Amino acid sequence: MNTSASPLPDYRAQSPAVAARFAKLKERPVVLTVENLTRRFTKADGTETTAIENINFVTHRREFVCILGPSGCGKSTLIRLLAGLDTPTSGRLLLDGKEVHGPGPERGMVFQGYTLFPWKTVTQNVMFGPIMRGTDSDEARREALQWIELVGLSKFADAYPNQLSGGMKQRIAIARALANNPRILLMDEPFGALDAQTRAQMQKHLLQIWKNVDVTILFITHDLDEAIYLADRILVLKANPGRVDELIEVPVPRPRSPEQFFSAEFLATRARLDALIHPPQPASALSDAIATENLPIIRLTQSGDDVE
Amino acid sequence: MSVSPPWFAIQQPLASRRRLLLGIVSFVLPLLIWCAVSYTPFIWHPMVRVENPGGVSWFRPGLLVERAVFAAENEKALAASQPAATGKRANPVFLPEPHKVAQAFYTAFTTEPKLRGDVWLHESLWRSIQTIFWGFLISCIIGIPLGILCGAYAFWSRIGEPVIDFIRYMPAPAFGALAVAVLGINDAPKIAIIFIGTFFQQVLVVANTIRRTDPALLEAAQTLGCRGFRLVLHVIVPSKLAELYTDTRILLGWAWTYLIVAEVVGVSSGITFFINQQAKYRNFENVYAAIIMIGLLGLATDQILAFIGKRLFPWETQRPSRIRAFITRLFSSRRTPLTASPRPPLSSTATSPEARS
Repeated sequence: MNTSASPLPDYRAQSPAVAARFAKLKERPVVLTVENLTRRFTKADGTETTAIENINFVTHRREFVCILGPSGCGKSTLIRLLAGLDTPTSGRLLLDGKEVHGPGPERGMVFQGYTLFPWKTVTQNVMFGPIMRGTDSDEARREALQWIELVGLSKFADAYPNQLSGGMKQRIAIARALANNPRILLMDEPFGALDAQTRAQMQKHLLQIWKNVDVTILFITHDLDEAIYLADRILVLKANPGRVDELIEVPVPRPRSPEQFFSAEFLATRARLDALIHPPQPASALSDAIATENLPIIRLTQSGDDVE
Repeated sequence: MSVSPPWFAIQQPLASRRRLLLGIVSFVLPLLIWCAVSYTPFIWHPMVRVENPGGVSWFRPGLLVERAVFAAENEKALAASQPAATGKRANPVFLPEPHKVAQAFYTAFTTEPKLRGDVWLHESLWRSIQTIFWGFLISCIIGIPLGILCGAYAFWSRIGEPVIDFIRYMPAPAFGALAVAVLGINDAPKIAIIFIGTFFQQVLVVANTIRRTDPALLEAAQTLGCRGFRLVLHVIVPSKLAELYTDTRILLGWAWTYLIVAEVVGVSSGITFFINQQAKYRNFENVYAAIIMIGLLGLATDQILAFIGKRLFPWETQRPSRIRAFITRLFSSRRTPLTASPRPPLSSTATSPEARS
């Protein structure tokens, strides 16, 4: 790909169609409001570390937001706080304008490690939420089967999770979360453990599901391409402590397809993300970087036996 | 299949045929040693069974004497120009030959009790099984729920486990006299000893198993709207059910080991009574038979429970099961016919193009 031939456009430049989409999106009601969210941990030796500090953002109804950041920026801490699995040191979390504490079915979550219940069949897994809500068993089963059909796994409705592949498990996990009709679906690097091919397929699936279901998605990833491909807006965090670095509106038009990976908007956004996530090293860190790039290895093979 | 893997490979499973073969060998080997010691006179046989007392005044036909004594007495007799005694080398009375023990397996059941008021062997066995059953059942009914509470809630763990840990170190037989004083001399104190021997271990073992619940499953359930005690009922217990079953199986073995001490508490009863009685009459083949019967009963129970367990928890083994289908049908409100296979056959799952990784 020879991209250096033409200079990339500004990643903030939006075509009229994309700009109109964003204008419409921002008119929609706010689903999730995060206000000054801060989480500090006390380590075993008594010192405090700040995982995330003063995070502020809002997501609108049916928006697809990706959270992106270098490792150690507190992505997982943030999503655990949003899910209610962890308590913030300070700050507020509002869902539809009402403050929420602790986990709840209106914030569904999909974990990287699948977390399907191994003793339940696929259908029983998806039925879990509705049953907890108090839906009677027949009705829950009917609902569950519809969700399983939506993720295209009707054939495996009575299989156990250990009979499924990673991608299939994650589809069931998505169906299980959606069966609760959550206001927002939180996804913590859900495709991180999948191979590249399955991953691409799952991204396509997820966009289809999102298009057809009334749900707002907050998706954590460390993959730049995945973030651009999926998101309306990308919340970029920086590390130590985790703070909002930039909120990027993705200028790539919808509907998205893998062909857009080499479009000018896509590459411009990617270049910006790259600069944010892998900033130019300061002089002091430079020597370290060089040291790791060229490992001080002595030659251990015979001369003439070269591989490149 | 042309190259079979080596017999000795570190952490590699053996072919099922070899597993079976080695399993049989592990029983046959001690039996062979026993046979060798019993049937070949030169290996051990430290005694002599007198056949003809000859000139030795205190020898009687059939009497067992040590070889050295036999030789010394014969020398004395010869010196006194008396005929020497004859005899055959034999093992001590406490080591009967395998075939006698095998016979005893049958005859012990058919031999009438020597004393009036004594019981038949099958009655003894049945009484032992009942003692174990009740002691273990009561322990399970109280111990498993308590263990689950201790494993799930730090509160119950801190209030319950320290004292249970303390009592656990007191040997159950030490409570024998106390149990008799409180519960009388019949079956109650014996059941109590089995209970004491199992219960305290059971609470700790169950609590430990429950504590190992995958926290990710708990978190997933919480984000699906499950909270409070329902987490225990719907996530913690089912996720550990297969392990709890195995724990219980192992603990049943513990209960058996307490049987003998339990049965000498108060009025001796059950299989222990039979063993003691037969040892008194020096019918050691019956003693061996009874001990082996206990072993076989334990082994059989364990194997049956393992067999059932494999079928109760199909997600552990991926095998379809009729027993489980039957039990689910018993407990589910939905009446689904047994014949309708609820799951696609495994082969199709494995070969489906969608099933990757």
